[in-house]
Amino acid sequence: MSKSQAASADFVSPDLKNHSGRKTIFKKLKKNKAALIGGYLILFFIIVALVGPYFTVHDPLKVDYSTKLLSPSSTYWLGTDHNGRDIFSRLIHGMSITLYIGFLSVLVGLLIGVPLGIVAGYYGKALDSVIMRFIDILLAFPGILLAIALVSVLGGSISNVILAVGIFSVPGFARITRGSTLAVSKLEYIDAIRALGAGDFRIIFLHILPNILSPIIVQATIRIAIAILIASGLSFLGLGAQPPTPEWGAMLSQGRSYMFDHPHVALYPGLAIMIVVLAFNIFGDGLRDAFDPKMKA
Amino acid sequence: MSKELLRVTNLKKYYPIKGGFLGQTVNHVKAVDDISFAVNEGETVSIVGESGCGKSTAGRTILRLEEPTAGTVYFDGVDLTTLSNKQLRKTRKNMQIIFQDPFASLNPRQTVAQILQEALHIQNIVPREERKARAIELLETVGLASHQVDRYPHEFSGGQRQRVGIARALSLNPKLIICDEAVSALDVSIRAQILNLLKNLQKDYKLTYLFISHDLGVVRHISDRVIVMYLGRIVEVADKKTLFDHAKHPYTSALLSAIPVPKPGREKKRIVLTGDVPSAIDPPEGCRFHTRCPFAAEKCMEDMPKLRPVPQTAPGHYSACHFFEEIYKD
Repeated sequence: MSKSQAASADFVSPDLKNHSGRKTIFKKLKKNKAALIGGYLILFFIIVALVGPYFTVHDPLKVDYSTKLLSPSSTYWLGTDHNGRDIFSRLIHGMSITLYIGFLSVLVGLLIGVPLGIVAGYYGKALDSVIMRFIDILLAFPGILLAIALVSVLGGSISNVILAVGIFSVPGFARITRGSTLAVSKLEYIDAIRALGAGDFRIIFLHILPNILSPIIVQATIRIAIAILIASGLSFLGLGAQPPTPEWGAMLSQGRSYMFDHPHVALYPGLAIMIVVLAFNIFGDGLRDAFDPKMKA
Repeated sequence: MSKELLRVTNLKKYYPIKGGFLGQTVNHVKAVDDISFAVNEGETVSIVGESGCGKSTAGRTILRLEEPTAGTVYFDGVDLTTLSNKQLRKTRKNMQIIFQDPFASLNPRQTVAQILQEALHIQNIVPREERKARAIELLETVGLASHQVDRYPHEFSGGQRQRVGIARALSLNPKLIICDEAVSALDVSIRAQILNLLKNLQKDYKLTYLFISHDLGVVRHISDRVIVMYLGRIVEVADKKTLFDHAKHPYTSALLSAIPVPKPGREKKRIVLTGDVPSAIDPPEGCRFHTRCPFAAEKCMEDMPKLRPVPQTAPGHYSACHFFEEIYKD
């Protein structure tokens, strides 16, 4: 929720000032059908990523040329790829990799971006200028180019993709955090706490951070979708997960060669990426609406 | 005569205006420009003036919620402007502030108990086990019930929230409380209740108030002495009675004539000022009030008038007008 006009917002919306705002947010989310579906899908993906690999019949890594490029059937639900591996099993095993990259890279972005934003917004002046100019420099690079450059320098691996995508999402978090910090730290209750003799540490962690969390959470949810997309893109270009890892972007890239004769090899990983990204996006949008006091539920 | 608690000397607060390509400082907003005054223990001193005259900034700068540009603030014999952050944080327990907007001055995510206990925790003046009891005691002191201690700010009305704000200010047993438009946001009926609460607390706890307000009715109700500010400067200082009955500055006279009189049919001469308050970025030369003063003469445009004692009235009455002797002859 935007705290920029908390005083007036308190009058506008009885929900905003509700401390048990979580309840209200759930209520609003429930009314937003798309967001609800997105949320359930994400939950489903997480469960699949955790327990799915124990239930797959076929080994996702076992090469068997006798079964290569088979169309979907009752044995191989989504067919097999050019190395005779079951695409369904590979997708299920790839789920955890996709989510792992998505969550972890956003975590990296959060851990760097949020402190930078808070420091810039809270202390202001020269520190603010230095940090925000640095963020502007990061923003001036097209995100995917920055990620490609970083991975090329560091070498292609999943952890380097996470690092690259994480750094790529730092500017977004830093800017949002800085803006919210600026708004909240001008409120009178921050002055009141300072007048009581509180130090910066207490003010930042106990009074500013809890009140700027909502926009950061929304941003994080949407960023996960972007991170997954960028990471798949890097793997597609051969810069991310290396074969035989069942990473969806890499699978899509390998399936490309058989696009015309055996479209299922590329189609299903592509669909999987699309659905996951879509789920995070609509969930993020729903969250934003739920947190926004001006949106009527 | 009682002891002096607060002495403000030549206090200035300028806000830089950044501009140009490299963001250099191109000018200053002179929010508070060279004000000096003193407050004695147990006294209620009001600062009045229209919005933008720097009265709130003055209050915030005294508490060092804003860093002063120049000047000194002696509180209980200690110069606050030279204290290190750590020393300042310790000293803060002796001076508290009550804010204007009871909706913005309480953290919406803390219960009243948490708000009050945090104050006690920061200064560590009450052992942990006793803090909750002390919080309840404070609530009762300001006229709220003990069962309300676990509620969140949004569950209270504006007046009740302001009481919570007062309880927070009281929690550290301060000597000085700055009330920054503390009742301006409240309904008239609630306003009287809060003012009476403040008066009673002053009696019980020997508090000193610096009361910042634009509302002369409120000021008349609560103050011992009144400071009138215009465009960052003090134009007149006097005890309440002298100021309301024998104002010796044209601006104060205009301000006082704007108070509605609760007697229908009674004729009252209203002094209507022309024009707007000039900008605090480039305040007028000479007397700041000369652009709107009905008595302005050439001298007013050149010489900045200093506060001078007014000999005819009570001691402690000062006016910053070159011509108050002539203007207020009768």
